[in-house]
Amino acid sequence: MNAITIDELTVDLDRVRILHDVSCAISSGGWLALIGPNGAGKTTLLRAVAGLLPHRGAVRMDDKDLGALRGRGRARLIAYVPQIPVLPPDMTVRDYVLLGRTPYLGYLGAPGRADKAKADQASEQLDVTRFAGRRLGSLSGGERQRVRLARALAQEPQVLLLDEPTSDLDLGHQQHVLELVDDLRRGHGVTVVSTLHDLTQAGQYADHLVLLCDGKVETAGPPAAVLTEELIARVYAARVTVSTDPGGHPVVTPVRDPPRGPGD
Amino acid sequence: MTRTRGRRLPAARAYGVAAAFLVAATLISALVGAADLNPLDTITALLDKIPLVHLPSGLDAVDRAVLFQIRLPRIVLGALVGGLLSVAGAGYQGVFRNPLVDSGMLGASAGAGLGATLAIVYFGGAGPAAVPVAAFAGSLAGVAIAYASGAIGGSGTATLLLAGVAVGLFLTAVQTYVLQRSAQDLQQVYSWLLGSLSGATWQQAGEILPYAAVSVAIVLVHGRHLDVLSVGDEEARALGLHPGRTRLLVVAACALAAASAVAVSGLIGFVGIVVPHVVRRLAGPSYRLVLPLSLLTGAGFLVLADTLARTVVSPAELPIGVVTALVGSPVFIWILRSTPAVRT
Repeated sequence: MNAITIDELTVDLDRVRILHDVSCAISSGGWLALIGPNGAGKTTLLRAVAGLLPHRGAVRMDDKDLGALRGRGRARLIAYVPQIPVLPPDMTVRDYVLLGRTPYLGYLGAPGRADKAKADQASEQLDVTRFAGRRLGSLSGGERQRVRLARALAQEPQVLLLDEPTSDLDLGHQQHVLELVDDLRRGHGVTVVSTLHDLTQAGQYADHLVLLCDGKVETAGPPAAVLTEELIARVYAARVTVSTDPGGHPVVTPVRDPPRGPGD
Repeated sequence: MTRTRGRRLPAARAYGVAAAFLVAATLISALVGAADLNPLDTITALLDKIPLVHLPSGLDAVDRAVLFQIRLPRIVLGALVGGLLSVAGAGYQGVFRNPLVDSGMLGASAGAGLGATLAIVYFGGAGPAAVPVAAFAGSLAGVAIAYASGAIGGSGTATLLLAGVAVGLFLTAVQTYVLQRSAQDLQQVYSWLLGSLSGATWQQAGEILPYAAVSVAIVLVHGRHLDVLSVGDEEARALGLHPGRTRLLVVAACALAAASAVAVSGLIGFVGIVVPHVVRRLAGPSYRLVLPLSLLTGAGFLVLADTLARTVVSPAELPIGVVTALVGSPVFIWILRSTPAVRT
C-alpha cells in the first residue's frame, strides 16, 4: 500500500519551472529521502507536498487527494519542519511544542488538558521535557532540532516532511536526530519524506531514495540502486567511491586526485 | 519589579498586578484635583455605585457632582482610550511580528490628523461634534488605503508597513498643505493633535463603547492565532492557519480600536508601543496574555498620565501626549534596565 503518491507534480515559481512532472511514491511507515545537487528542486517538492506552493499534479495519501484538503484538515495529516524554522527567541519550549496542537483547535478554542497532554507526550518522546520552561533562544543546535520535531510530533501527523533535518548539527547529533526520526516512523507508523544532503546517511536511514536533478526525477529506488559511482559522478559532477558498510548500506566516500607535484 | 528579573509572572498573578494597577490609578485620579474630596467618602461613594453594594457616603452634592460628572467620566474615557491604544499596538506588533509598530501605524494617525484638520478648517461651523467623526473616519480611511496599497505591492508584512509609511507621509503632507493655507486654525488643530481628555463626558464614553467592545473582542479572540503567526507565515500555514485572513481581521479590529480612541482624545503617542513591551517584560511574549494585560495596563497608564496632565500646571492643562512621552519615556527606560529582554 502506498501511503503517499506524488503524481506528475509540476511547480512554477516566478514563471520558472522548478519541478517537471515529478512522480514518486512511498509506502506507509516508509522513509523517502530526496537527494540531488543544490537547486535540484528538493525543498520545492517538499513544500508542494506540504501544500504551501501552488502546483499542478496530485499528491495523494491512501487515495485521498490532499490537494482537496485545506488548512487544518491537511495540517492534521502532514507536519512540515522547514530547514530553518522560525523559533521566536522568547517563547518557551513548552509553548512552542503546544503550537503543534493548532490544527485540532477550533477558531475560538484554546488548547485544553488533552492538548497539553499530547504536547507533553511529544516532549517526553523527544526528551525535551527537561528544558520545557527554557526560552527557545537559549537552546543549542541539537536541542532546537529536537524541539522542532517535538512540535511536529504533537501535531500527530501521518506524514512528516523534514527539510534537511541534520543541517547545522555535528556528526553525533546528526545520528541522534536521524535515529529519533527512525524511532518515530517505526513506533508511530509515521511516513517520513525528507531531504538529506549526506548521501551515506540517506542510504543508511531511508528505504527509498529519489534522486532529483534540474527538477526531474533522475533515478528512484532502494539506496543500493541509486547510490552508484557513475550516477553520482554524472549528477553531482563529483568523484566518489561507493563501498558497503557492515549493515549492507552503501557508503559514499569523496575521493581526491593525488595532488600533482611541482615537477609534474 | 526588579524581583521579576529573569523570571516571568505566572498568568494569574500578572492579571492581579495589572488589575490592581488600574484600580489604584482610578482611585488616585478620583482623589486628586482642584476640589479636595475626602478620600474615605470618595471610596465609599464609588463602591456604592457597584450593583448590590449599598454604602452611605459623606460626600455633599457639589463633591458628588465633581466626582461623578467631572472626574469619573474623564477616568472612564481615559481608561478606554489607553486600553484601546495599547491593545491596538499589541495587536499590530503581533500581526507584523515587529516590536516597533504602534497604534498610529498604517496611516491611522495621519488619517485622523487630516480628518480632524479638514473638519476644523472647512466645517468649523458644524460645531465640535464634527471633529471626532472626521478623525474616526480619517483614521479608518488611512488604514484602509495603506492596506489596499500594501496588498497591491505583494504579500508580506514588510510591504504593508512600507505602504503604511508612504500613505502616512502623503496624508500628513496634505494636512500640512491645508493648515498652511488657513493659519487662523493652527492653534485649534495643534491642540487637537497633541491630545486631550479635557471636557470628557459620559456621552463620549458611551459613544465609543460599542466600537471599543467589538474591536477589543475581535483582537482578544486572536491572541492564540498571533502566537501561531510568530513562527512565520509559512509554518503558520503548515499548522492550518490562514495568515492573510488573520492579518486582515486583526488589522481591521486594531484600526477600529485606535480610531475610536483617537476620535475622543486626539493623537496620543507612546502608549500603543510602550505598554505592550512593559507587559511582555513581566508576563512573557504570548499574545494570549499580552493582549488582555495590555488592555488593563494601558487603561491604568493613561488614567495616571491624564491625572498628571490636569494637575501639574493646574488650573491650566498639559497636553496628555506630552505627559505620556515626558513621564513615560524615563519610566520605560527604567523598566528596560530592570527586566529581562523579550523579543517579539
